[in-house]
Amino acid sequence: MTARTIQGEKNLQKINQAAKDGIGGSPLRPDGNLKVRGEFAYSSDLWHEDMLWGTALRSPHPRANILSVDITEALKVPGVYAVLTHEDIPGAKYYGLEIADQPALAIDRIRYHGEAIALVAADHPETARRAMKRIKVEYEVLTPIVTEEQCLHPETYGYVHEPHEYKSHAHGNICHEQRLVSGLGVTDEVRAMADVIVSGDYEVGMQDQAFLGPESGLAVPAEDGGVDLYIATQWLHVDRQQMAPVLGLPEEKVRLTLAGVGGAFGGREDLSMQIHACLLALHTGKPVKIVYSRDESFFGHVHRHPARMHYEHGATRDGKLVFSDCRIVLDGGAYASASPAVVGNAASLGNGPYVIPNVRMHALALYSNNPSCGAMRGFGAVQAAFGYESQMDKLAAELGMDPVELRQLNAVKQGDLMPTGQEIDAPAPVADLLQRAKDMPLPPPLDTEHPDLRQLPGALSNTSHGEGIVRGVGYSVGIKNVGFSEGFDDYSTARVRLEVIGGEPVAMVHTAMAEVGQGGVTVHAQIARTELGVEQVTIHPANTQVGSAGSTSASRQTYMTGGAVKLAAEAVRRELIDKGRRRYGWTHDDLTLAGGKVVSAAAGPLVSMVDLLGDEAIERTREHRHRPTRPFDKETGQGFGHVQYTFCANRAVVDVDVELGLVKVVELTAVQDVGKALNPLSVVGQIQGGCTQALGLAVMEEIVVRDGKVRNASFTDYLIPTILDTPPIPVEILELPDPNAPYGLRGVGEAPTVSATPSIVAAIRNATGLALNRIPVRPEHLTTEQPG
Amino acid sequence: MEFLRPATWDEALAAKAENPTALPIAGGTDVMVELNFDVHRPSAILDLNRVTELTEWTNDGAVVRLGASVPYARIIAELSGPLPGLALAARTVGSPQIRNRGGVGGNLGAASPAGDSHPALLAAGRDVFVEAASVRGTRMIPIDDFYLGVKRNCLAADELIRAVHVPVADGPQQFSKIGTRNAMVIAVCAFGFALHPKNGTVGTGIGSAAPTPRRAVEAEEYLRGVLTERGLWESGGPLGAEVVQRFGELVKAAASPIDDVRGTADYRRHALAVMARRTLTWCWNDYGRQIRSAA
Ligand SMILES: Cc1cc2nc3c(=O)[nH]c(=O)nc-3n(C[C@H](O)[C@H](O)[C@H](O)COP(=O)(O)OP(=O)(O)OC[C@H]3O[C@@H](n4cnc5c(N)ncnc54)[C@H](O)[C@@H]3O)c2cc1C
Repeated sequence: MTARTIQGEKNLQKINQAAKDGIGGSPLRPDGNLKVRGEFAYSSDLWHEDMLWGTALRSPHPRANILSVDITEALKVPGVYAVLTHEDIPGAKYYGLEIADQPALAIDRIRYHGEAIALVAADHPETARRAMKRIKVEYEVLTPIVTEEQCLHPETYGYVHEPHEYKSHAHGNICHEQRLVSGLGVTDEVRAMADVIVSGDYEVGMQDQAFLGPESGLAVPAEDGGVDLYIATQWLHVDRQQMAPVLGLPEEKVRLTLAGVGGAFGGREDLSMQIHACLLALHTGKPVKIVYSRDESFFGHVHRHPARMHYEHGATRDGKLVFSDCRIVLDGGAYASASPAVVGNAASLGNGPYVIPNVRMHALALYSNNPSCGAMRGFGAVQAAFGYESQMDKLAAELGMDPVELRQLNAVKQGDLMPTGQEIDAPAPVADLLQRAKDMPLPPPLDTEHPDLRQLPGALSNTSHGEGIVRGVGYSVGIKNVGFSEGFDDYSTARVRLEVIGGEPVAMVHTAMAEVGQGGVTVHAQIARTELGVEQVTIHPANTQVGSAGSTSASRQTYMTGGAVKLAAEAVRRELIDKGRRRYGWTHDDLTLAGGKVVSAAAGPLVSMVDLLGDEAIERTREHRHRPTRPFDKETGQGFGHVQYTFCANRAVVDVDVELGLVKVVELTAVQDVGKALNPLSVVGQIQGGCTQALGLAVMEEIVVRDGKVRNASFTDYLIPTILDTPPIPVEILELPDPNAPYGLRGVGEAPTVSATPSIVAAIRNATGLALNRIPVRPEHLTTEQPG
Repeated sequence: MEFLRPATWDEALAAKAENPTALPIAGGTDVMVELNFDVHRPSAILDLNRVTELTEWTNDGAVVRLGASVPYARIIAELSGPLPGLALAARTVGSPQIRNRGGVGGNLGAASPAGDSHPALLAAGRDVFVEAASVRGTRMIPIDDFYLGVKRNCLAADELIRAVHVPVADGPQQFSKIGTRNAMVIAVCAFGFALHPKNGTVGTGIGSAAPTPRRAVEAEEYLRGVLTERGLWESGGPLGAEVVQRFGELVKAAASPIDDVRGTADYRRHALAVMARRTLTWCWNDYGRQIRSAA
């Protein structure tokens, strides 16, 4: 708690220094109080007169042939308006984020447990569910393809997508792969250059985004034959782009408006109920609402790719890395989703923030009959960081070196090359971040005489009064890219309007940015205030009536849509000042807007914006693009693939009950370079949230899948950290501007999710002496594994 | 679905006799979850919340009669003295919201092997009784006879739980529970332990490691024997590591756990042995201090 207070005070200073509620200040979120009081309207709260309720029938099998679907009995249920199968789809039957390989409703085959087969609309949700149970599906149940061995031998175990229906560029059950070779690669000669070699096999379980607001939305059929969808999503325009062809409509007839989003973390990048609700609405001519139940939600969105990784690192006796050889196998599940991008990140970032002269890397995503996996905070980089950071600790132990010093010795800095050949052309203070994490004061040792039970592993479950408890400390650092990579045209659009309302200059910001809780709406208003010198800013509801804002993911929204707001506001400002020049003949070259006035730096205020604007409104729309990137070469992985890199270092302190295998994270320190903290309070919140999600992956969060079936689709058994699991998270922020980014800022949200997990596992290893090659670490791992 | 709201206990019994398939609801913290997950489609729900006597308890100095609906939060606040084991168990249930609503009657009604009351009730001794009633009369069901199988108890279709009778503690009691997070977690396994110096017995209860909550009978017998034969009840002297170890082994042997998403059978056995050793040690240290300070 103390550390948090220190951090809070630091922020308070910043808040007070900053221009009132402009950038660098920490105005509070407009949605904050509403959410805390339970008054915020989420997408699940939407309501329309006369609306119907939609639901989907889902497969209980992970792999099967559908022999027949009989909807007769379901249609007879009073109150049922429609029962639809893939045969009722007017347009394209497949969609997908990167590869259109997923049927909107299953066609002849089931590829994962929970795949949607048919839709029902009824006047009451209970009626819809009852009718759904009367749909008769005859299955030919097949043995699911679930292991790496099975996936890689389709001739023996079968194809998830038959060769003739294959839509990916790769082959067999491989959805996407990326190789990378740099330096001399890894050969016998290169191996011989290393004095020590350490290797390890590491495994990451399937994490879920576990957002609290289930998938939900309301589709309203329109007079023009189109449809209006109110929806909780991460990217309105890409939803529309995938929906329109399936609905058989031109894009302009599919209009989306963002509804209240109850968390996302990547889980809303793919479509869930969007197409389903619109199909039912267009078919019945009535508004249709769909809200997933909690268990349906676990089936209704993609998860974090589970990974199996093999790493080998060679180093000189004095700790300089010589080579790294790595293979990362990601289980992508039934459909591609974001797998190609996840593979790209794993391959390009999978050697961490280290200078390694010789690298060989092979990353691939498999198709399987496991649940589909796609985007989740830090994707590709999260899995790999557990591998390479475990290796750094192993290497340090082998060399008898301090693990932080080993990392610092090999840390990248500005001007170094990534294994992709891309130069890091912005600050990369990796060694410094680690040093700062190490230099933070350690929490006091456990009081074993009079322990506070709440602070012990097991807490008030009363498993220990101090017995069996060993403290451990671990360090880690991670690297993440910001924005969409590999040549993607990743632009954002913003419209800014300035006019006088009620005797005051008011700016309105209109973007299609999905506010998913990250605080984008707060930051947009701050940018408008700073650029236009006004106090009042209105944020227009996000919808498709303005150009795309791109995705709220990849830590990109403040950089990208924030950058677009900045451009549009600057254009408005220029126009306003030009208007003044035209009217008053000013010749000053030092004009800005501040305090509702046009101000000359030398001569002071010239005229109020109210007088200058009069009845006129100035409106500008701008697109913001980051510098272009290029695809990675398929074989060598070389290329200017990423927009920006971010780094976070962590120190974890844990207490482990070594007899019971229970863990309490005592403190989790984070040090991160954010370029420029536009809203320091939000930045700290993002870092603490990212660390907490990383903690979940380290010690508890996993979707348990056996033979393709999900075993824990509920919050009873999918555990996320509670407040008693969440330690104080002291955060230190560095602000080293990136010359390529608006305001010099760096994306913030993902780096801590990448870096924090390995520090916690390192701390548990430090306490127990166990190898711990799999996350999440479970109690039985700690009590049965033999010290390595 | 019918919704029955009796105002008195007699009305409740009459309603249950008339609608034997009606599902009683007290705090609703199990019932509502199951309805939500579509596990149950009861023809009727019998709401016990207007029957206020179910939220009352009495203590005659020897036995606490705990109304079926007294919520966990009040057990912790009001009964930690006479029922320390049950209060410790109550402290581990769910979250503050759940502890404000849920109670022992519902835990017994659900009869989940993972219910946290059960190990504490078993450990409290063989004189713990579930007071079950119907229009036909009242039965005092010994706790040892109450649990029949996974989520099955011995209540007849027309019976309701009115109260639980638990002897006032005459020695130290403890409760430990394993979960994979530090709060709001269903037990991977749990253990209740109590010393009963007045009649020279000890009590145990194992949770989440067999189809029903169960007692570690051999462990109880072994320890009772040691304490009696070595005069330890009188002396309060040290138990010795061997006794503690053996007790843990016998508790472990009494369990018949399975592998499931919450944990492995092996881990459960191992953890039970550890919890048995620790809770015994804590209780015995307390007992020894009491004896010495009385001397
Ligand atoms: C988030 C959450 C966390 C939880 N955590 C825990 C936990 O840590 N440990 C734990 O043990 N449990 C836990 N539970 C389960 C639940 O809270 C407990 O079992 C609680 O004791 C149930 O009490 P209740 O009054 O809410 O029961 P209800 O839900 O009202 O009833 C439960 C069952 O008992 C029957 N019943 C209720 N009263 C009577 C009566 N007087 N006579 C006959 N039958 C009756 C009902 O018909 C039903 O079958 C949790 C539940 C939730 C939702």
